[in-house]
Amino acid sequence: MNIGLPIVAKDPTAQFELHTLAELKIGNFDLSFTNSSLMMVVSILCVCLWFLLSSKRQLIPGRAQSVLEMSYEFIADMLKSSTGKEGMRFFPLVFTIFIFILFANMLGMIPFFFTITSHIIVTFALAMVVMLTVIGYGIWKNGFTFLKVFWPDGIPMAIKPFVSLLEIISFFSRPISLSVRLWANMFAGHILLKLFAGFAISMFAAGGLLAAGSIVPFTLTLALMPLEFLVSFVQAYVFALLTCVYLSDAVSPGHH
Amino acid sequence: MEAEAAKYIGAGIACLGMAGASIGLGNIFSSYLEGALRNPSAAQGQFSNLIFGFAVTEALGIFSFAVALIMMFT
Repeated sequence: MNIGLPIVAKDPTAQFELHTLAELKIGNFDLSFTNSSLMMVVSILCVCLWFLLSSKRQLIPGRAQSVLEMSYEFIADMLKSSTGKEGMRFFPLVFTIFIFILFANMLGMIPFFFTITSHIIVTFALAMVVMLTVIGYGIWKNGFTFLKVFWPDGIPMAIKPFVSLLEIISFFSRPISLSVRLWANMFAGHILLKLFAGFAISMFAAGGLLAAGSIVPFTLTLALMPLEFLVSFVQAYVFALLTCVYLSDAVSPGHH
Repeated sequence: MEAEAAKYIGAGIACLGMAGASIGLGNIFSSYLEGALRNPSAAQGQFSNLIFGFAVTEALGIFSFAVALIMMFT
C-alpha cells in the first residue's frame, strides 16, 4: 500500500522542480541539460514523428495526415482572418508556436511527466519571441508610422491623449499578460490535480471512515483531468490567437 | 501581527480579484449564448472573438492569482 505514498504525497509544487541530468557550465552560465530540456526534446521529437507519418501526401489522408491538415487549416484561417493576406508570411511562426505549446501542455498531462510551460521563463521567452517579431517587423515595414499603434485612428481629439496613454500601457504589458496567462493556467491546474490526488491518498491511508470518503477527492481528480486537457488546448489556441492579433498591429498599425 | 500571518491574509485578499474576473467571464459567455441562440448561423463566426474576450478577461483573474502566489512563496 505504501509504494505510491512517498512520490505523490509530497508538497504539490514538488512536480515543478528541475533536476540536472547532464551538467554543462560555460563561465557563469548554467547550460545544464535538465528534465525540462528533456521534455522539450521529447515534445519536438513527437511533433517530428507526427509530421514524418503524415508526409506521404496521400490523396486519401490517413489519421495523422488528416489531423495535420485540419490543424493547418485551423491556424491558417485564424491568421488570415486577423491579419489578412499579408500576415500569412508569419504562418510558420504561429503554427510552430501553437504546435509546440499544444504538445508541451498535452505531454505534461501524462502522470509523472514534467510540464515545460509551468515555468514562467519558458512562456516568457515564447512571448518575447512574439513581441520582438511584432516590433521588429512593424518598424522594418512601416518605419516611423509604426508609432500609430499608440495613436489610433477614428477617435475624437479630445480623448486621444488619454487613449494613447492606455495603448502604451497595454502594449508594454502584453508580453507579461501573454506569458503569465499560459504559465498560471498550467501551474494552477497541475497544483490542483496534485492537491486532490494528495487528499485522496492521505484520506485512504488514514483508514476507517475516512478511507471510504477518499472516493470523493478521487472522483474530483478524475473530473478535473478532462478539464485540464481542455485548458491545455484552449491555452495553446489563445496563445496563437493573441499572436495573430498582435501581428495584425505590425502589419497595419493604427487600425483596430 | 506576525509577518507570516499577514502574508497569508494578503494572499487571501488578493484572491478577491478573481471575483471581478469571474463576473466578467460570466458576462462574456452569457452574452455569447444569448446572441448565438438568437442567430445560430452567425455564432460560428464569432467563436474566435469569444475566445479572445475570454483570454483578455481571464488574464486579470490570473494576475490576482499570481499576486497571491508571490505573497505566499516569497
